[in-house]
Amino acid sequence: MSLSMDIGVWIAAGLTLLIFSFIYKDNPAFKFAEALFLGVSLGYTSVNTYWSNIVPQVVIPLTPGSSFNPWVLLPLFLGLCIVLRVVPQLSWMSRMAFAVYIAGYAGLAIPTEISGRLLPQVGSTMQPLTAGNWFTPLVILVGVFCTMMYFFFSLEHKGAVGKISRLGVVFVMVSFGASFGYTVMARVSLLIGRIQFLFFEWLGLPN
Amino acid sequence: MMFLRKRLPIILAFITGMLLWLQFYIPSRMASNVLTSFTQSWAIILASSALFLGILSAVHHHWTKIKLHKKGYAYSYITLVSFAITFIAGMAWWIFPGFIAKNMANGSFFTWIFDNIFTPLAATMFSLLAFFIASAAFRAFRARSFEATALLIAGCIVMLGRVPIGELIPMPAFIGDDLSDVAGWIMNAPNSAAQRAIMIGVILSQVAISIRIIFGIERTYMGGSD
Repeated sequence: MSLSMDIGVWIAAGLTLLIFSFIYKDNPAFKFAEALFLGVSLGYTSVNTYWSNIVPQVVIPLTPGSSFNPWVLLPLFLGLCIVLRVVPQLSWMSRMAFAVYIAGYAGLAIPTEISGRLLPQVGSTMQPLTAGNWFTPLVILVGVFCTMMYFFFSLEHKGAVGKISRLGVVFVMVSFGASFGYTVMARVSLLIGRIQFLFFEWLGLPN
Repeated sequence: MMFLRKRLPIILAFITGMLLWLQFYIPSRMASNVLTSFTQSWAIILASSALFLGILSAVHHHWTKIKLHKKGYAYSYITLVSFAITFIAGMAWWIFPGFIAKNMANGSFFTWIFDNIFTPLAATMFSLLAFFIASAAFRAFRARSFEATALLIAGCIVMLGRVPIGELIPMPAFIGDDLSDVAGWIMNAPNSAAQRAIMIGVILSQVAISIRIIFGIERTYMGGSD
């Protein structure tokens, strides 16, 4: 066993233990780590946004030279309108920016969602049933139909519709169970990663 | 003034929405330029501005908390100081010489903060959920009805099938070799059927709400009524 000599590893291990202290109960050590996480996240996000988005999209196009592009002033003006939301007298200006942003993505979503996601999903639901591969495509077809029927509220869920939507609920519950199990395993693998860090990188236990 | 406050955003929404919608059907360089300039410039600048507004709002919130000595204001000091240190480490090359264009490079103080503070905190915060998700599972996985039993069985099979022990649990030949095959089938067949149906519903709703936004029927993005 050889303890790590890296100050960064000691800090990381200390912070990991501070967060894990929440398992016992909410306490000042956890709140300290939580506040630190919030501050560092804010700083990291703002720096990352500046270097990855603002510099290539605003600073470089507005610097005199071969890549000079004055059209950037238009979205920059709208961006400033968003920031003006903090000034109560001028907060209405942010509406123009939000209108452009939201409606732009809305307009983009109509054709791309239909051609890129809806139609392929419907196509792969209706696979041909062959002698060697009929069970899984049939389960998917029945599952999609029944689940959609469960979410179809224009018909009262009675009689045949009720039975079909009841089967849809079973598919939804199986899906939720599977997703839940999948999420649990993902979290547990993260936990294993942190325990491995504490044992092997920090404490230097034999692997 | 009423035009600027109420009408202009709706007109802008209509023009932008229709431009981005119609460019999909027009095979020309101009149409593709509209798409490129929106997704690769306008949207990025607007999203970054919204993020900047969010950061301003968070800083203002913590500053007010400190100023008014609200409950737990000492933690706001930690948030603001750690924010300032990370921000300066990433931005201020005049304080850390030689950091121009190297702020994000390996070996800088900024990446040291990322590796030794941000990453362990983020990973541990999410791994903490393993404990709480287990207690939630105990409450959710009680087989009180047929549907709850389906959820319980599917969840248990997927959990067992995703770990090495799943490969040691044999299954009848017509189902598969072992439990991991069954877990894979549940993910690929009933799970994907239900997810696909939900996704189809979401896409149809998205298209409907998009049309409402473009034609000015849906105006919630405009906020209050001032």
